[in-house]
Amino acid sequence: MDTIEKTTNEILTLAAAHFKVPREQLRPDDDFFKKLGINSLQALDLLTRLEQHFHIELPDYELQGVSDFRTLAERIQFRL
Amino acid sequence: MKTFSGETLSWRTADGAIELVLDRAPCNEIGSATLDELEGFVAALEPLAKDSHALIIHSARKEGFCAGADLRELYQRSQDLPAAQRVAGIRDFLERIHHVMNSLDAAPLTTIAAVHGVTFGGGFELALACDLIIADKMTRFCFPELRLGLIPGFGGIPRLKRDLGNAVVRDLLLTGRSINTAKAQSIGLVSQVAGEGDVLHVARATAAQLGKFDPTTAVAAKRFIKPVLREELRREIDIFCELFTRPAVEAGLRKFVESTDALPYLP
Repeated sequence: MDTIEKTTNEILTLAAAHFKVPREQLRPDDDFFKKLGINSLQALDLLTRLEQHFHIELPDYELQGVSDFRTLAERIQFRL
Repeated sequence: MKTFSGETLSWRTADGAIELVLDRAPCNEIGSATLDELEGFVAALEPLAKDSHALIIHSARKEGFCAGADLRELYQRSQDLPAAQRVAGIRDFLERIHHVMNSLDAAPLTTIAAVHGVTFGGGFELALACDLIIADKMTRFCFPELRLGLIPGFGGIPRLKRDLGNAVVRDLLLTGRSINTAKAQSIGLVSQVAGEGDVLHVARATAAQLGKFDPTTAVAAKRFIKPVLREELRREIDIFCELFTRPAVEAGLRKFVESTDALPYLP
């Protein structure tokens, strides 16, 4: 099974590439709405890309209240 | 009318296919203006269908196919009416939108929903009225209505049950979760998947294929395999109207309307 660090790193790399933010500027505890400058629609887009990348289903209710990359990685980890 | 360009949508015919394009900011929310123009479209559909073999419904909005009913308008209209008249107002709206959806469902040609992005609530229900759903790989489908204390009101539950069965309806309806294109294809909802930004190309190629067949046979086949859901659709309107009178619904709609998020129904 992937470690939480590996999952977090993959999320950061994917988010940086898609939203065109330098990877080195993203940290696990960052608020991804603020750091990526995204709204709820773009968050839904990120959710779809994460589901495709990790080959999982991640119901959106599991992301309610989640705004940092590390917690997002934990939610994904439950589904791997 | 072979072509039309309105406030919320337009249509035209090309290569034997009618293309109905939804285009109302932010994400084609269906309010009274869209409903008026959809009624105009279904009134024009029968003569249009005589020279066409397919109908493609798609969206010009980058955000998605359609985010569902215009809840801000629904709330405002409801507030403008005396309490005793609110249910009659919502029932009238539902009767009209059901007429549109039923006309599309039974249209005398093959219908394709070419969807992308947000395909929620009434937008999902519009897609379900079509014969085929072709989806961009970044599409998300959702019935978020329970979050407002309501059920889908545009015929979505009976149509999803007709096509996929009760277990899928319960999952999407009772959890309110959204599903992606891959999941939607795996359960049989989506017939074809298109790459990002390519759904209209795939829909047009499919429409061209449909044009190779005898139209009378195609319509006969459709009528044989796509039952009309009269009783369940009537019951859906009744349940929606019963639920609509509860204070929880008014509170849910008010919370939605007062949200500053451009798309507050999203997670």
